[in-house]
Amino acid sequence: MKTFIKLSFIYFLLLPLKTYAVLDIKITQGIEEPIPIAVAIFGWSQASSVAPIDMSQIITADLTRSGRFDVMDVQDLPQSPTEFDAINFSDWRKLGMENIVIGNLVLTESGNYDVSFRLIDIYRKKQIAGFRIPAKPNLLRRVAHQISDIVFEKLTGIEGAFNTRVAYITVKKENKKKIHTLHIADADGYNIKKLVESSEPLLSPSWSYDGKKIAYVSFEGKSSSVFIQDILTGSRTRVSKFEGINSSPNWSPDGAHLALTLSKDGNTEIYIMDLTTKSLKRITKHDGIDTEPVWSPDGQKLVFTSDRSGSPQIYEVVIKNGTPKRLSFEGTYNARPRYSPDGKSITLVHSVGNSYHIAVLNLDNGYISVLTDGPLDESPSYAPNGSMVIYATTGRRGGQLAAISVDGRIKQRLGLHQGDVREPAWGPFLK
Amino acid sequence: MTIRLFFVIGLAMLLLGCSKDQVKEEEPVEVTDLNADSAVDSSEDGAQTFGAEDESSSAFSQLDDPQSPLSVRIIYFEYDSSEIRSDYRSTIEAHSLYLQQNPNTSITLEGHADERGSREYNLALGEQRAKTVKQQMLLLGANSSQIRLVSYGEERPASDGHDDASWQQNRRVEILY
Repeated sequence: MKTFIKLSFIYFLLLPLKTYAVLDIKITQGIEEPIPIAVAIFGWSQASSVAPIDMSQIITADLTRSGRFDVMDVQDLPQSPTEFDAINFSDWRKLGMENIVIGNLVLTESGNYDVSFRLIDIYRKKQIAGFRIPAKPNLLRRVAHQISDIVFEKLTGIEGAFNTRVAYITVKKENKKKIHTLHIADADGYNIKKLVESSEPLLSPSWSYDGKKIAYVSFEGKSSSVFIQDILTGSRTRVSKFEGINSSPNWSPDGAHLALTLSKDGNTEIYIMDLTTKSLKRITKHDGIDTEPVWSPDGQKLVFTSDRSGSPQIYEVVIKNGTPKRLSFEGTYNARPRYSPDGKSITLVHSVGNSYHIAVLNLDNGYISVLTDGPLDESPSYAPNGSMVIYATTGRRGGQLAAISVDGRIKQRLGLHQGDVREPAWGPFLK
Repeated sequence: MTIRLFFVIGLAMLLLGCSKDQVKEEEPVEVTDLNADSAVDSSEDGAQTFGAEDESSSAFSQLDDPQSPLSVRIIYFEYDSSEIRSDYRSTIEAHSLYLQQNPNTSITLEGHADERGSREYNLALGEQRAKTVKQQMLLLGANSSQIRLVSYGEERPASDGHDDASWQQNRRVEILY
């Protein structure tokens, strides 16, 4: 307990003062013709005091980070209108601006806020979207992300994924000991919460589909166990501690089952656990390695990694008494599959020689397209809108996170100021 | 080869030296409650016990002889392989014989992998390596109840580097008495 307090204190001291983000997200490559947009400074009802949050700054950062927008710098704005009628359309047109977001933040009598915003097409002088959202003080950041989601969807046609969270594991050395921590953070790197900290390895975080729980593997007690932790309360249960390996948890879409890898029967095999009864159903039966099960979005199939052919490759099995069918044929190494939200492709770790890349396997035609340069990329996970894949990459400074759009046109780097960061898992849409 | 052998022996001696007087404790794990912003004690009853340092001198045995094949405590593997190289035959024979002659002694075989590729696959690979060693030891006279397996996959590298030399050091099974 004492150690914990001390650690969090050190942790706090190490954070930069200006921002409390650990993950510093930078766009390293965007699309060639990003959409021009301006986000005006939001109006604030208590003009005598400073607004509790800079909504336009958060929305600007979200849209910029997506790589699909060219967002005007705040100091370049010719005006910051807060109402439709105050927009000087001809000034904006002269600057070649196509879209503008305007909005207001109002403190209500109850101490909560009313956030309103409008997305306006400058050339047509027409409102594309407009909403008023009531918000409690602690949810203002979330509302800003929801606004970003709406703007993103209206202008790109793709569902936004700004109002989502990412789980990841960090490892840092302190007094020659390694400290493993499972964190969650908002998709923009803010609002970091520590879920578990251990001197023994932690791995394989997996979100439940409702985003309320995380399953993970912990080596506390010098052997592997699978835990399920409630994100809000921090309470957790050990669901699997058999002899041998207990690992690779993955939630069923209905939240009632967990697929996992166990070696209790003498070899690594895939099982499905009924979370109510804790009963197990064995899915694979093979001498080789079978691991990394992941549920298809329709809940009917599992894909997994197996070396039954001599090298790790991806297999699919229909849960109702199916025989495993090999899916990947290109490359000497294909492992750690994750389904795209539409179930039409799988992202995985791919190698043809000495370098490991993030790739996408198209399930319609079996082709594998390589997304990243390697050499040591791993743990890919789709954003819930399917547009980006987040993954871990190893460089000279250790593990870092990065994200790439599925068409390879947009690249982001999610920097951590110290230590290793690994195993990102993008959570579901927040309700 | 000679240099390599000395390294292995040196490492084995080092490991022996450590294990003699180290009191191993289970490290506590902190679980954070996001509501209360405070830690929930994960241990069942909140109490933590400590043992006094073991001051009784340990008996000498042939394990301490650096010339003995028993002093080799690490078996290295090729990439993505759990096959035991023939040069480790005498090592495994010696440990099996020792276990057979000392039925009350037990060991842990700790399987490891290098960092390349996926973590979960490497966890399974580490276990397969440990399992292969165990199977050979059973064939050579050890009893199943004397051997515990654990795999750490790529999570506990012997060397933190990202190059061939480090990876070579990390693809291993450690024999822990």
